[in-house]
Parts: sequence; C-alpha cells; structure tokens
Amino acid sequence: MDRYINAPISAEAARQCKAGDYVYITGTIYTARDAAHKRMYEALEKGGTLPMEMKNNVIYYMGPSPAREGRPIGSAGPTTASRMDKYAPSLLDLGLIGMIGKGKRSEAVKDAIVRNGAVYFAAVGGAGALLSKSILSSEVIAYDDLGTEAIRKLEVKDFPVIVVIDSEGNNLYETAIEEYKEE
Amino acid sequence: MRTIQVEEITKNIKEMCIEANHFLAPDMDTALKKAVQEEKAPLGRQILSQLQDNLKIAGEDMIPICQDTGMAVIFMEIGQEVHFEGGTLEDAINEGVRQGYVEGYLRKSVVGDPLIRENTKDNTPAVIHYEIKPGDQVKITVAPKGFGSENMSRVFMLKPADGMEGVKNAVLTAVKDAGPNACPPMVVGVGIGGTFEKCAVMAKKALTRSVDEHSEIPYVREMEEELLQKINQSGIGPGGLGGSTTALAVNINTYPTHIAGLPVAINICCHVNRHAVRVL
Repeated sequence: MDRYINAPISAEAARQCKAGDYVYITGTIYTARDAAHKRMYEALEKGGTLPMEMKNNVIYYMGPSPAREGRPIGSAGPTTASRMDKYAPSLLDLGLIGMIGKGKRSEAVKDAIVRNGAVYFAAVGGAGALLSKSILSSEVIAYDDLGTEAIRKLEVKDFPVIVVIDSEGNNLYETAIEEYKEE
Repeated sequence: MRTIQVEEITKNIKEMCIEANHFLAPDMDTALKKAVQEEKAPLGRQILSQLQDNLKIAGEDMIPICQDTGMAVIFMEIGQEVHFEGGTLEDAINEGVRQGYVEGYLRKSVVGDPLIRENTKDNTPAVIHYEIKPGDQVKITVAPKGFGSENMSRVFMLKPADGMEGVKNAVLTAVKDAGPNACPPMVVGVGIGGTFEKCAVMAKKALTRSVDEHSEIPYVREMEEELLQKINQSGIGPGGLGGSTTALAVNINTYPTHIAGLPVAINICCHVNRHAVRVL
C-alpha cells in the first residue's frame, strides 16, 4: 500500500511499514556513504560522538553530483547499501530507524533491523535526476573534505521509496523474485 | 599521413563526457521504452516508467541521469595513418575528462590510489584502451562506468571441458549474484576466450555494442538470445523488486584462446548503459 510518513520517523510509523509498501517520506534525512560511515564508525570506536543524532533518524546512502546554480542538489539516487553493512548494525543499535539505499543487506543488518524495529527502504537506482526533484534543500553538516561523500542534511518532500526489509524481517527482494521466477 | 591536433581530442572528449551522462544512446532509449510495454509486474512497470521520467528530466534540466557519473572508460581506435600533434594523446584525453567532469557538473568519483583513497577531484585519470586500426580516422567511444554494477562483474577461468554449458552457467551465476545491486534492468557484456585480461576488455567493449545488434557468429547469437531469455526468467526484475525485465541485452564477444583454457568475463552494466561515439 501507499504510505506518507514524516522523518524523523516515529517507532510506531516504522513498525507500520511493511515489505512491499510504497512510501513517500517528508522531512529531514541525512546522507552518508562509504567514507562517512568509516569515519563515524572510527569515531564510535574511539568513544567519540557522531555528527548527528541517530535516534529516529534516516540515513540515505547517497553521494550527489554537484548542484547547478540555483538548485539544491545535482543528481541524487541511491548507492549500493551492502558496502555499509559492516557499519550499519552499530548505528541501528544507537537508534537509527531508517536506511535508504539499493541492493541486498547482510543477515547481521537484517537482525539489527528486527532487533531495533527499523526499516530498510530502496529508492530506484539510476533515477537520480527524478529523485533530486523531491529534495528541497541540502546542507553539508560534517566531513566537508570528503566532497560528494560528506554528510548532508536534506529536507525532502514526498521522497519515493519502497520498503524492502521491514521490522519483522520480511525481505521484498527474496519474495518478489520468487513470484516472477519462471524456472 | 593525417595530422590531428590533440586539442581536438580534448574538446571532443569533454563534450562526450557531458553528453553521455545526460542522454542515453538511441538503442538504450528504445529498449527501455519497449520494456515498459512488456514488463509483467505492476511494480516493475512503475519503476520502468519512473526511469522514463528520469531520462526526460535529465535531458531537459541537464541533471545527470545517475549521480554516479562513473569512471571514464575510453576506447580509442586509431588509424595507423594518423599522427598526433600538440602534446601527448594521453594528457589530451585526461584533460577532456577533467574539463567535462568539472564544467559539466558531473560527480568526481575517482580516488588517486586504491588504498590511500584520496579523491583526485576532477575524475581523472580515465581508463583508456587503445587499438590501432587501418586508415586515417580516429573512433572515440566514451563509456562512463558506474560502480554499482561494476562491482558485480566477474572473471571465471573455466576449463575447456566446461564448454558451452559452463559459460552459460557462469553468466547466469554472475547475473543472479548481482540481482538488485546492479540496478536492473541491466546490460550484460561477456568476453569469452583470449587470456585473463583480454576477456575482461572484450566484456567491457561488448557493453558499448548497440543492444539491438547481435554477434555475427551464428552460435554466439543463439547463446545471446538464450541467455537473455533465461535471465529474464530469473524473476529479478526492474530494481530487483520482481518482474520479467531483468536484462535488456546480452552482448558476447569472443577471441581465440589457449588449448588449456576457457576464460570468461562478465561485465555487468545497469540500465544507465552510457556510450557516446564519435569518428574524427
């Protein structure tokens, strides 16, 4: 079913998201990909703090192309989530409630999603021009030196995603393929 | 002997980097439009029609089709009657990439060292493949390659006894392992034969062949058709979310090989299979 939810996402709204639901997210989300995750992870290992609060927040695995003058952002589609699998469980255990990316996740990530009542969303990979239209503003809040990999705070309106792994551990990638397999 | 100023190479490569990242070649555009009509899954059709919207916005508003504007892979097919003047060819090519990525608002995705990992901030260097051909023309193919799909590519050093079935299984294994990570519907480039590196380069070049063109070798053509059908029966579908459109084409190139070997490379590309071609 179609759902319209606000970010940060409440625990209740996250639990209502079921694998296969089409969800439109409005509110504040954060970007982070490979290099930013590595830095956050190292900061946690050293007992340091993260650049943003994890509780009820959403991380979008995305590194945009540069914005043309007068626009909030350039092309802005999801990157492959599995490269963040090493780091995601620690962030989920700190309260991260949503991740937006594309592609498969590890069992450890799925377990952390279930343990914390979180949700993994997919945005359509390779549709960065279209997805950029749902981003109202973008501001680098940390790790500026990482360029496209810096952490950005985004204001989004009706940002379209699909629930792939829900808080009960259902995985759309596994069930949908079975439905259309002709072997 | 024909003389070409290398600044002409720079200018063309700059324009081609920008063009390839905003407009798909006609063969890809047609294949994606056809896929919307033929996809069986409702969610699959929705995703494919979003890809149509995405291409329209990319062209009209000059926003790259995908934020991963790739590492610039460039095939230079150079006629042996050509002489370059005004600097080194390699510098001229990289200058074209630099200008295209900086001035074209394309993402800089290249790190200067694979382990130190500092961004070069201008997307150079390119990966350049040179071929010397007869004649006095220069054919340039610019194929920016995203790494979501590149990461799912494989090389298998099969045994001669594995034969045709072994090759087919290798391709299907690579595609199934790639699944949603490679942003399907994908294009599958395959190189069979040669050596370890030769089959990989053939697989890459196969991705630049039009998706509506088949191999001229009859048995290879049959294998392309059979593999495409089997891949589309896998259920992976658009975005990996289920459906009947998992690949748009399987393009296979072959080359003689050693009596002891059967190398196979599978280079997977997402639906943003970019290639711009110019002949100077």
